[in-house]
Amino acid sequence: MIEDLGSQRLKGRVALVSGGLRGIGLACVERFLAEGAEVVLTDLSSPEDAAETLARLGQAASYVQANVTSEDDWATVLAAVTERHGKLHILVNNAGIDLTGPVATTSLEGWRKIMSINVDGVFLGVRTFVPLLEQSGAAVKGGASIINVSSIMGLVGMSEVSGYNASKGAVRLFTKSIALEFAEKKMPIRANSLHPGFVITPLLQEGFQRWVDKGVAEKAQDLVDLMSSKTPIGRLADPSELASAVYFLAGSDSSYMTGAELVIDGGWTAQ
Amino acid sequence: MKRLEGKVALVTGGTSGIGAGTVERLCAEGATVIFTGSNRAAADKVCAATGAQFVAHDVTDAAAWDGLMADILDRHGRLDIAFANAGTESGDGSIEDIAIEGWNNVIGVNLTGVMLTVQHAMRAMAKNPDGPTGSIVVNSSMNAHRAMGNFVAYSVSKSAVVALVKSAAVHAGNRKYQIRVNAVLPGVVETAMIVGLIDKSADPAATRGAYEGLSPMGRMASVDEVAGMVAWLASDEARFCSGGEFTMDGASTAGMNGV
Repeated sequence: MIEDLGSQRLKGRVALVSGGLRGIGLACVERFLAEGAEVVLTDLSSPEDAAETLARLGQAASYVQANVTSEDDWATVLAAVTERHGKLHILVNNAGIDLTGPVATTSLEGWRKIMSINVDGVFLGVRTFVPLLEQSGAAVKGGASIINVSSIMGLVGMSEVSGYNASKGAVRLFTKSIALEFAEKKMPIRANSLHPGFVITPLLQEGFQRWVDKGVAEKAQDLVDLMSSKTPIGRLADPSELASAVYFLAGSDSSYMTGAELVIDGGWTAQ
Repeated sequence: MKRLEGKVALVTGGTSGIGAGTVERLCAEGATVIFTGSNRAAADKVCAATGAQFVAHDVTDAAAWDGLMADILDRHGRLDIAFANAGTESGDGSIEDIAIEGWNNVIGVNLTGVMLTVQHAMRAMAKNPDGPTGSIVVNSSMNAHRAMGNFVAYSVSKSAVVALVKSAAVHAGNRKYQIRVNAVLPGVVETAMIVGLIDKSADPAATRGAYEGLSPMGRMASVDEVAGMVAWLASDEARFCSGGEFTMDGASTAGMNGV
């Protein structure tokens, strides 16, 4: 699929991916490993439940169970990364959930939950690792790289997606602010946001299933077909197509890119 | 295998600056590269350094486009990558001062020239033996979103090509082509042209400082940094990217300037 796979351009670098056990996060982990990086992934599953995936990923990957909304868990992740590697060059704040439905019936509990995972989780990840990224970034061309996973829903609105829209919009501007802060302080850390369109992931499939359960469509495949027909490229994305963008942002080729938005949406927001 | 091996690329305005840097990068990644321009002496140096092929061609010469593309398809059988890079600011000025000749020159090269490049590239890619596939990249600028008062035509052209990119991308989708069209929006890049402007200014150190200060990173981009992004967009790595704006400006447009 990708000719450059395994070029080892990330050899010697250490990456952390939150929500790394599935979807876009897992694709990023796999790509980083293929490029020679060492990767720490976090997710909600127990180490036992993650064992099979970790065994497949190999020795260069390690797992820490962590909830991105918990300060204590982030401290545990920092301790694990520090102990195992002593450095970090790439931070992918990927963990996220969705929320759909009319604003009038959205519960405050649901709203707070999506904000805590999609926004607090990104903030805590960045805050936890800034010192280590600053220290490690000085040694590599282009510096350390933070990639915060937003969405095209952080760029444009969609009906009955208000909570998700708000959370992903917040990630977009949070990323610009920290990019400016690091640049102005001459810290060797870049920060950019990733804006995927519709990607075939467990999150999307579960979301589509919920719409089917609500009677929006007869079956999930109908929704895949509908979204494909509304995407200029005519299909949904594979997670590896997002991982290739994250790989670009993580490495030296994007050394002048900070505070920017990488939109990978098959033309959805061009319309 | 190199990332662009087997791919055939066209770069307009490839004799200097970002164009020449991209020719070099695409060749290094394995592509067969044809580049255009008018400065033959500069072109010879690029050819000698990279192995790319030069064709003397002016992007605004609408009548010569068919021949150029026929020649590429004749010799190589396909076109996979087009980088619409040729640009100028010659004759530009403020809205009060610009002459119609200056306006026509800048709009002719930067907008009409890009339209012709995208049009002919898409027509050629639509005929590729393995179906309509390819990647078209247009060199816009961060000025697409931050206009300059003393360069009205340049600012307008760089904004207009972003709309052109989006329209072309949507059209390609409508036709079920796997042809992608994207824009790159670099900040100030330290090209020979910019270095010349700095050296010729009354106070070169201050001028350099002003250019560098546009980015919170406190420096200009290097040519190879922009070439790296073009190479990425040209490759299959970016095969879900279309209609996009790819900003590489060291955060120049991420915030409010100077605050």
